[in-house]
Amino acid sequence: RLIYTPTAVQRKNVGASGPEKYTEAFIKKQIEEFNLGKRHLANMMGEDPETFTQEDIDRAIAYLFPSGLFDKQARPMMKHPTEIFPEQRKIQWGEDGRPFHFLFYTGKQSYYSLMHETYEKVLNVQKYQDQLTAQDLTSQKEKRNLAGSRWLTKIELEEMLLEKLSDNDYLRFIQLLQKLVTLPCGDIEEKYIQKFSKEIPAQLQKVVIEPLKYDERGVAFSTGEGTRKTARATAVVYDNGTGKITVNGIDMLHYFPVLQDREQLLFPFQFLDRVGKHDMVCTVSGGGRSAQAGAIRLASAKALRSFVTEKEAEFMRQAGLLTVDPRTKERKKPGQEGARRKFTWKKR
Amino acid sequence: DDKLLSEPLSHPDFFNVKELFSLKDLFDARVHLGHKKGCRHRFMEPYIFGCRLDQDIIDLDQTMQHLQLALNFTAHIAYRKGIILFISRKRQFCHLVETMAQECGEYAHTRYWQGGLLTNAHIQLGSGVRLPDLLIFLSSLNNVFEPHVAIRDAAKMNIPTVGVVDTNCNPCLITYPIPGNDDSPTAMELYCKLFRMAIIRAKDKRRRSEVFDDLQ
Repeated sequence: RLIYTPTAVQRKNVGASGPEKYTEAFIKKQIEEFNLGKRHLANMMGEDPETFTQEDIDRAIAYLFPSGLFDKQARPMMKHPTEIFPEQRKIQWGEDGRPFHFLFYTGKQSYYSLMHETYEKVLNVQKYQDQLTAQDLTSQKEKRNLAGSRWLTKIELEEMLLEKLSDNDYLRFIQLLQKLVTLPCGDIEEKYIQKFSKEIPAQLQKVVIEPLKYDERGVAFSTGEGTRKTARATAVVYDNGTGKITVNGIDMLHYFPVLQDREQLLFPFQFLDRVGKHDMVCTVSGGGRSAQAGAIRLASAKALRSFVTEKEAEFMRQAGLLTVDPRTKERKKPGQEGARRKFTWKKR
Repeated sequence: DDKLLSEPLSHPDFFNVKELFSLKDLFDARVHLGHKKGCRHRFMEPYIFGCRLDQDIIDLDQTMQHLQLALNFTAHIAYRKGIILFISRKRQFCHLVETMAQECGEYAHTRYWQGGLLTNAHIQLGSGVRLPDLLIFLSSLNNVFEPHVAIRDAAKMNIPTVGVVDTNCNPCLITYPIPGNDDSPTAMELYCKLFRMAIIRAKDKRRRSEVFDDLQ
């Protein structure tokens, strides 16, 4: 069969053929060369070729070929060929030119074969359903937990099939899977469906309130940590106290001369009406005067949660005592004097 | 090897495809039913037997001859280890055609036809692809009731075509048209059965002839 192609077209268009395809024989040869090279390297370094691991190889290469390049991927490396050559579709046809897959001429063979299989499962389920109705048997309907699982995303499906998909293709496939699931006797194909569904881990993480700890004297205490801007604080709140508060070994009155900071420290206790009932020992570092006060406030509120009922803890949360204040110093921008302040505007 | 390839060409019906079907089988599978008079294509008029209550009836004698030629041709291609590609854009029979192609060991394309599949194959399918040696259309229209692009592309690439043409189809560019119904499930199952049997027969014969030659 003669196909006339003008000589201009016969020149190889290098870019148009896409990424280079590696044959199986090529990859096998690369693996043999890698193993041989590994043994040579081990002998060179004076180590045992049998127990020469990948880390030893990396160290040896870094020693023999020192490189100051910043990009780690640009430095000399010796890895197993399966890591270097991306997993690709090898040449799809045999010696005589006949393709291996019966849907090769569609262009998207894995995707269409997947659709073909899924549709076959749907037909099977419908046939089974018909058989049951012919014998007048009702199927046991076990509700599949729809909320606990999700379908594979488009990217995950592309990775599975090693083929690019379009959005429409992906949608069609998901619609077919959903049809399979909603059929009454869909449970037969449970194993097939599980290949394409993933469990969603429980999203609501209930905040665990730690139980009270007891020290040598039998006094209950609990710890809490808090942050505000750059200040980090840890607070230990003791029960049966007189309302004494020690910060970094110094009494509160001396450490925080300003009234506002002391108010911040006492706010959690005031809110819970436990002003004179607890002792507190805290350590704080970083930040400024106000930030340290805020950090200790958060830490003490967190510690008090163990002493208090769930309802009161919920009130604390709603009052904003348990929320980390996310405000930090805004960065200075170029072309401006500060974060927001612009340079003085001169008319001329 | 030369004798192996030239021997079947001397017989008019080497694979005996005539015995695979009879006129009654075609009639029972409702192959003679065409579309309404308004859908009739001008070039299908020679193949139409008549019109009853506005519905066209296809001449089954002509269909028998064309079917025999087409099956014979397919069997010869399969005997010479050619690549056969089944095409049908009918959604109802997509699964049937694909399973049939898988059973024969040949190829199928019942999905959306990407423009340059045959004409731009070296870029789309990879360089060094072997194109199909025969296209079999089990329904020669696509979903918009226009002639399938592959008919024109096969004519451009010098690939012979076999196709089931209904009364609303254009039989012009198809090398071996088979006037017949392409809408009934029974008719499609009959065509699938016939093509499958013809291909399997031809492949078996080829294997047996090769084994025979090897023994000698």
